[in-house]
Amino acid sequence: MITVESVGITLGGRKILTNINASFHPGVPNLVIGASGSGKSVFLKCLVGLLTPQEGKILYNDQDFLSLEYEQKQELRKEIGMLFQNNALFDSLTVEENVEFPLKMFSNMSKEDRKQRVNECLAKVNLVNSNHKFPSEISGGMKKRVGIARAIALPIKYLFCDEPNSGLDPLTSRVIDDLILQITTDLNITTVINSHDMKTVNDIGENIIFIYQGQKWWEGNKSILPVARAENPELDNFFKASF
Amino acid sequence: MNFFTEIGRFMIFMKYVMKRPQKWSVFWKITFREMHNIGIESLLVVALIAFFLGAVTTIQTANQLLTPSDLFPTQLIPKFVVGSVVSTSAILELAPTITCLVLAGKVGANIASEIGNKKISEQIDAYEVMGINSASFVALPKIIAGLIMIPALIIAANFLLMFGGAIATKFTSALSFDDLIEGARMVFHPEYVRIMMIKSFIFAFIITSLSSYQGYYTEGGALEVGAAGTYAVTRICIFILFFDLVIAQIFLGL
Repeated sequence: MITVESVGITLGGRKILTNINASFHPGVPNLVIGASGSGKSVFLKCLVGLLTPQEGKILYNDQDFLSLEYEQKQELRKEIGMLFQNNALFDSLTVEENVEFPLKMFSNMSKEDRKQRVNECLAKVNLVNSNHKFPSEISGGMKKRVGIARAIALPIKYLFCDEPNSGLDPLTSRVIDDLILQITTDLNITTVINSHDMKTVNDIGENIIFIYQGQKWWEGNKSILPVARAENPELDNFFKASF
Repeated sequence: MNFFTEIGRFMIFMKYVMKRPQKWSVFWKITFREMHNIGIESLLVVALIAFFLGAVTTIQTANQLLTPSDLFPTQLIPKFVVGSVVSTSAILELAPTITCLVLAGKVGANIASEIGNKKISEQIDAYEVMGINSASFVALPKIIAGLIMIPALIIAANFLLMFGGAIATKFTSALSFDDLIEGARMVFHPEYVRIMMIKSFIFAFIITSLSSYQGYYTEGGALEVGAAGTYAVTRICIFILFFDLVIAQIFLGL
């Protein structure tokens, strides 16, 4: 479980996030939604430590992430998987080598065991017969799958997805959503997804945070969304503009 | 960003770079690949430049010293002096400094662009999120490879400079091969080789560390990656020439 307490960050003299409080639970997809430029990606980068907020606390199972030393953070990060908006696949490595990379770095598995684990992960994301292709040779949807496979290659506890549907067609978007949902429930991990895809919100939004101009504007789940939209014009405008 | 802030950021970057690699087997694999990229891939250009530079230096030095003039009658200057000037220049300046200025353009720009591209495509962030010390992972193998291969290239350049000079003597009647070698032998001093090696290690560190730093802090897009390469080369050249002066003053200043 991840708990965020009063997080605020200023970048380049501009306040990006103000007093964000949130809890992200294991086993269900936690969604952070908001318009482009609302601070979603900055928030996600704060959660994984790529940016350091000036205010507040980020607790991973009661462990204060921001007060950890660099080496302690690196240890904790071994339990984190992340799917980047632009996939961040290592372009000089093949699909197989990309998924194998964290195993090579952090496990003592033999070459055969690593290969078996890579194939398991690729099968889990329904990506077969692409092991020896390079990222530049596969489609956007396949790159997302490789990103997910790489993120789950090691036994992780936390999965962060930054705009997992960006640049994908609606059909592939649903496949990726289903995949993230399945992984989250199967592995019982804490998953945080940044999204402005309303279909995603309606399909898998069990715990939703709406960020508006750097502040948490609304929190709830997909079942109470219609009521919330009626009461909250900013949320309603965001949804209307999304369709 | 002012000069001192940048120095501070470079020191912090190097603090992270100089940490123990997380997996030695992966580290050495990458280091050997970088040794190939930096050393073997640069051998041809270094060899060509050293050869022609040696030949041209020999011809021009011979022309200046052995052409009769009112100031210095030719017979006052022994021919072997040309060999001593060429060999000393090769060891002290041409092999280490010119080779490294060439490598600044080839290796430095390449490293800055490669790391810069990893930065803007979030690959550096991916390393960090995985729990890998990204600065050390991307920069340390390049620095170690540079510290091994660039001095080796400079030693090779030294021999090729003299070889170029030797070939040049075949095309001029003013100087013979024996004169060149005799001159080189007469002024050879092991201290000069020590200075050359000191220069080569310092320049190798400047080339690899500055270009890695420049690439690591790239922000933006393709344009900025290109700019990072250009900044890296400019800064490396300035620092090489500055430290060239400092080393010359420390070891050879009267």
